[in-house]
Amino acid sequence: MRADIVIVGGGPAGLAAAIAAAKEAPELSILILERDNELGGILNQCIHNGFGLHTFKEELTGPEYAERFEQQLVGHNIRYLLDTMVLNVASNQVTAVNSNDGVFTVDCGAVILCMGCRERPRGALNIPGLRPAGVFTAGTAQRLVNIEGYIPGKEVVILGSGDIGLIMARRLTLEGAKVKAVCELMPYSGGLKRNIVQCLDDFDIPLLLSHTVIDIKGKERVSSVVIAEVDGSLKPIPGTEQEIKCDTLLLSCGLIPENELSRAADIKIDPATNGPIVNESFETSVQGIFACGNVLHVHDLVDYVSEESSRAGKSAARFVKKNEIETAETKNIRIQKGSGVRYTVPCTVRIANLEDDLIIRFRSTGVFKDSYIDVQFDGEQKIHRRKQIITPGEMEQVILKREELEQCIDEITVSITEG
Amino acid sequence: MDTRELTCINCPMGCRITVVMEGAEILSVTGNNCKRGEIYAKTEVTAPVRTVTTTIKVNGGTHDRVSCKTKEPIPKDKIFEVMDVINRSVCEAPVRTGDILIPDCAGTGIPIVATKGVDNI
Amino acid sequence: MNQHYDIIIIGAGVSGCAIARELSKYDAKILVFEKDEDVCCGTSKANSAIIHAGYDAKPGSLKAKMNIRGNELMTKLAEELDIPFKRIGSLVVCTDEALREGIEELYNRGIANGVPDMKILSCEEVMQMEPNISDDVVCALYAPTAGIICPFRLNIALAECANQNDVEFKFNTPVTKVTQIENGFLIETPEGELYSNAVINAAGCHADEIHNQVSANKLHITPRKGDYMLLDRSCEGFIGHIIFPQPTSMGKGILVTPTVNGNTLIGPTAIDTDNKDEAPLTSEGLEKVVLGSAKNVKNLPLKQVITGFSGLRAHEDGGEFILEEVKDCPGFFDCAGIESPGLTACPAIGEYMAKLVADKLSLSKKQDWNAICHDVIKPFELPEQERDQLIKEHPEYGRVICRCETITEGEILDAIRRTLGARSLDGVKRRTRAGMGRCQGGFCSPRVMEIIGRETGISFEEITKNGGDSKILLGRTKDES
Repeated sequence: MRADIVIVGGGPAGLAAAIAAAKEAPELSILILERDNELGGILNQCIHNGFGLHTFKEELTGPEYAERFEQQLVGHNIRYLLDTMVLNVASNQVTAVNSNDGVFTVDCGAVILCMGCRERPRGALNIPGLRPAGVFTAGTAQRLVNIEGYIPGKEVVILGSGDIGLIMARRLTLEGAKVKAVCELMPYSGGLKRNIVQCLDDFDIPLLLSHTVIDIKGKERVSSVVIAEVDGSLKPIPGTEQEIKCDTLLLSCGLIPENELSRAADIKIDPATNGPIVNESFETSVQGIFACGNVLHVHDLVDYVSEESSRAGKSAARFVKKNEIETAETKNIRIQKGSGVRYTVPCTVRIANLEDDLIIRFRSTGVFKDSYIDVQFDGEQKIHRRKQIITPGEMEQVILKREELEQCIDEITVSITEG
Repeated sequence: MDTRELTCINCPMGCRITVVMEGAEILSVTGNNCKRGEIYAKTEVTAPVRTVTTTIKVNGGTHDRVSCKTKEPIPKDKIFEVMDVINRSVCEAPVRTGDILIPDCAGTGIPIVATKGVDNI
Repeated sequence: MNQHYDIIIIGAGVSGCAIARELSKYDAKILVFEKDEDVCCGTSKANSAIIHAGYDAKPGSLKAKMNIRGNELMTKLAEELDIPFKRIGSLVVCTDEALREGIEELYNRGIANGVPDMKILSCEEVMQMEPNISDDVVCALYAPTAGIICPFRLNIALAECANQNDVEFKFNTPVTKVTQIENGFLIETPEGELYSNAVINAAGCHADEIHNQVSANKLHITPRKGDYMLLDRSCEGFIGHIIFPQPTSMGKGILVTPTVNGNTLIGPTAIDTDNKDEAPLTSEGLEKVVLGSAKNVKNLPLKQVITGFSGLRAHEDGGEFILEEVKDCPGFFDCAGIESPGLTACPAIGEYMAKLVADKLSLSKKQDWNAICHDVIKPFELPEQERDQLIKEHPEYGRVICRCETITEGEILDAIRRTLGARSLDGVKRRTRAGMGRCQGGFCSPRVMEIIGRETGISFEEITKNGGDSKILLGRTKDES
């Protein structure tokens, strides 16, 4: 098989990348390889609304948002294969397997990695206790309820206040379950305020900040969990234990970009994002392999995934057309994370490849009130913007104009400073 | 006089807003740090609405449940009535995104529409 | 169920199944009772998965003899039963000059027990073999015959082989009472009662309860709990050998070892408990595992932990394997107190116990015994051409269900359809590894459930994690009831 661009994954990132690449270079052939039996990825099970406000200026559910993109595939030189698992990736060849074609290779000009992320499972959280049925990650429960139509539990405790956990608290309540509490290890929630109000407060579900699960009971099915308050170093405080009777524990404790294929391809990974290190074109450390969406860094809004993936798709198309992105003659500016910044995407910029503005997306290391986002070029202050609040749960961005960037020589530093 | 406490949903600040009311009349809104907070609080205490998203039974399709939503937000206090009507309803495959599955759900005047398609078996 | 058997075996762990396979060589009507829903549900499923060289046990003890013989037999057994097994060698690491003598003692014990090819390595030699070994290393005992095995396949394969040679298995059936009657035994279960000429007690942590029903010489078994942590396959190659600390009276200590599938396993703790059926993980236990492993291996990538689990060892007060006909109850055979090195010893235990029983009942050998039993076919371990042919003929081997471990629908179907096939998520997991990877079944469990339902006719809502009341789902949405 042969395709100019192979896209690994047909979720929101893969779809947006494919469409943008096709628009940029209609003569190129694009192939999406999707492991599930339909396109759309995780959007198919996100039946709640709140998607698309940036992209379509209206509020859509996950499946509707996915469908808008799927419709745009028509009329472009884009093919896709479902139930197809990619086994290996290199810059000019992708190996995959499905039941029709067996194991096959696709020779290509560029690859875009759009594998998304997975949920952190119970085992990785080191939660003590027994190992009965009834412990689910929130996303698995979401699939069971929304796609398969089954109830995973009737009396539920949720650990972690990420958005999927909050959404599932409401979803299970609407389906008749009793959600007894949402426990959050940190002193703040990682979820959107809107979800805390509309998914928890609306249904009188308590959100217990600085609490964690310290024991799971029940030999065959969960019969109760023990929760406790934690201190400043996140250790359970003796004497604060309380046992909550329940049949189900949902975990919404973080998402991990799925970069096993990237690692096998020797792509450099940023330990702060667990995603590839990319430049302004979303190109990884291996020339010709691009990455976007949740495989790059975990997003909170799908609209940003689509926007970022469009840029990646366009870059990949330009790369294939010219067979290279300007590299030699252009300077490589590093983007450094300063105080208060956990990571930035991208990590380097080659100005010659910028068509217009550079968007730097980043997350904070903690909650900052009445503070400033600072951007420095080679140590000289360029942006000093006040923000009422910055939290790790909401991605931040700064936009730099190309002509401004021409003044920068070596490095851009993004930091958060207290007011 | 009646006092209502709210959390603003417009940004991560999550301002605690206090609304003082006399019957249906709003006397004061305090605690918000911006204008958007005031608008939110006024709507939320007078006529709070929510979009309900859930699934509905399908007969004769490749799946036996399909996702759906209230086409417009409905009054917040009608959420469980609306769910009850949806739970007792069945639609027939094929279903297309946007199809009206229930014309007027629980007397709200608002239809339930499909948010995904289901083909015939 | 009011039938008569020649031999009843209680317990379908590695010991019970190894004995069953050996006895299946004889003309006899044999039944294995298992209280859980599948083989390999007790001690056999949660252990270090090590085939020990044999220098630990006291010379002359049954533990020592069975260890050495079991280790010897394992190569052939692994070939016959298609069990993943690698002799990677073990290192007992000394990190304190004052304890150097202990290593020599262990070496001498190994010589007395008959362990081949051992060597005491200098600090430099150890560091060359294992770059991630602790900087404190003084010396180490190297035993090249130690190995790692897939404990699930070992147990399952022994059972499959016994079953294909006509041994019957009854799952979900605890033996509630054993009574000696004239010419044999009456065995009672909640499913009914039956008769047997001989009984073999391989009931793991519960073996004392069964034994004490028929004998005046009481046994006492203490469940000794061990917590473990498993690291992702991305850490493969971090260490290449089984790394032990120096042993203590509570056991072999916290080890660090690769598994046959490329994961890294650390643990276990050793805590005596009074609960024979539940082994909860504790945060203290996990902390001990972390500290213990760090003593011998530096910079362990603990961020790569994908799961923790806990197992129970059946520790008898005497600290020795009990493999004998009970003196005051002829025809009743104990296989009790099988703690470490039980997994290593199981082929030898099978051989030894089968001989005792066969001699007692004067059994004669079958003509047509089949020693061979194949594992689930793994398409991605086949040579390219064979793999492509397999997928062409059986497209289900091209449909990947478990992403993390690259397990196909074909493998899951095989696990369900084969002799003594899987009926639960854990059953499928132990036979195929589906759900054993870094997402721990998050993505594949709904799809595995769908396949189990389709194949067995069990409704989606009745599918369990591991039998009994361990149902995954508690109803349908939109259900009026």
